[in-house]
Amino acid sequence: MTVYITVKDVSQRYVQKGKEYCALEHVDLTIERGEFICLLGPSGCGKTTLLNAIAGFLPVKEGSITIDGQEVKEPSEKYVTIFQNYGLLPWRNVQKNVELGLESKAISKHERQQIAEHYIELVGLRDFRHHHPHQLSGGMQQRVAIARALATDPEILFMDEPFGALDALTRYKLQDEIAELQKSQKKTILFVTHDIDESVYLADRIVVMSPNPGRIQQIIPVDMGRPRDRTSADFFRLRDRVFEAFGMLPPQTTEYFI
Amino acid sequence: MKNIWKSALHITVGFGGLIVIWQLVASFGGFNPALFPSPWKALLGFGELVGNGSLLLGIKDSMIRFLIGYSAAVVLAVALGLLLGWFSHIWGFVNPVVQWLRPISPLAWMPFIVLWFGIGDLPAIIIILYAAFFPVLLTTVSGVAKVDPTYLKVARNFGIRQPQIFFKIIFPAVFPQVMNGLRLALGTAWVFLVAGEMVGAQSGLGYLIIDSRNNLRADHLMAVMIVIGVIGFLLDTGIRQLEKLVSKNWGHSLSGKGV
Repeated sequence: MTVYITVKDVSQRYVQKGKEYCALEHVDLTIERGEFICLLGPSGCGKTTLLNAIAGFLPVKEGSITIDGQEVKEPSEKYVTIFQNYGLLPWRNVQKNVELGLESKAISKHERQQIAEHYIELVGLRDFRHHHPHQLSGGMQQRVAIARALATDPEILFMDEPFGALDALTRYKLQDEIAELQKSQKKTILFVTHDIDESVYLADRIVVMSPNPGRIQQIIPVDMGRPRDRTSADFFRLRDRVFEAFGMLPPQTTEYFI
Repeated sequence: MKNIWKSALHITVGFGGLIVIWQLVASFGGFNPALFPSPWKALLGFGELVGNGSLLLGIKDSMIRFLIGYSAAVVLAVALGLLLGWFSHIWGFVNPVVQWLRPISPLAWMPFIVLWFGIGDLPAIIIILYAAFFPVLLTTVSGVAKVDPTYLKVARNFGIRQPQIFFKIIFPAVFPQVMNGLRLALGTAWVFLVAGEMVGAQSGLGYLIIDSRNNLRADHLMAVMIVIGVIGFLLDTGIRQLEKLVSKNWGHSLSGKGV
């Protein structure tokens, strides 16, 4: 495996009320093609800033970011971002939302429809093709967003706390689906979350970040096969390692907070 | 179904009461019948105006002016509002001027309008254009400012560029709010159409008001006023239905909010 995404000595500062904040300080990270990376940390640790920087929404001033050898300057159709609030266009139905990303490509209308239908089917929303987003549950809306992203056949999926607004059971279900999709579609995924279990369940490597200033504290490889079992001993062992990384492993208690 | 009966009841009792009071005042108020016509006299006057064709002609002339002025205002204000909303730094300069112009009643412009454009269709059309322009402009500009930044990020991500961003994202995103502005503007424009025709026109409903006054026909006056109210009400009902249809397609999260 070769290095695919390189983040080199990236710092991101901003000034608020006359005080300088450091959203990211000297961040270095390399990601290989096909990896599932979770950026994990409490709010304010710069994980979303880092994601936006790599996705091209927030060009870096200090340091450099390259994908496949190319410097990242702006968003690209090759790397699609999925947002927590889905980013679906409420005036378009499911079918038309999924077609959105295909409209700037040089393909026929018929082909566009077929591609969209294929991916809608893939996320199990065939019967809801003509529904509008407001008629769907949160989990279904996020599935539409995933279908829309996959339809353009991107190399990388950037996911910014995509399941943060969903209830726990729906979240588990979508975690299963995204893990499955990543394997079958062979995508590189960069996934921002503050949910420790989610990161252990999904990631090949967990990038643990800490705030003030935002930086990478350590990177934990998840040496577990797939599909993973949320109740297995291995799972708990890794979960403990992450808690330890946050310095939150008390002697004996079952409740944790971030 | 229950709601229809309920509102039918409200309308019947409301207007029934009004007519009864009107009749009582006309019968026992001691006013000169020529100055305060009874409901029956107003109805006869209405029949007379319909019979000699002047009412229908007035409605037709007014509606044509209304349609032209209102459509022109909508097209201009929406186009300008989208641009000014997008280029918000320019709006920063334009906004103070708009805020100063807005409280000046269109009627205050009437002397100038008559001096510049003469008498006829044009002054009435310009009054309507002016009255309808600002509500639509302001709701459009504020709508653009409120477009969810996620939509724009999604568009950028998928390589959608200007002017496609306008057509695919911004215009549909602000449409429910624009619709709200259209409704506000419709009511305002109707009010000022009649006022405008009272000063600068030789036909139309506003002109009929003045004509009835000049002929001392209070019954005609009442009849025309009733017609003006009914048409205004119908226009408002129509656009409300349109608004409902739009918000249905846009999702409930966006319906009925805004200005």
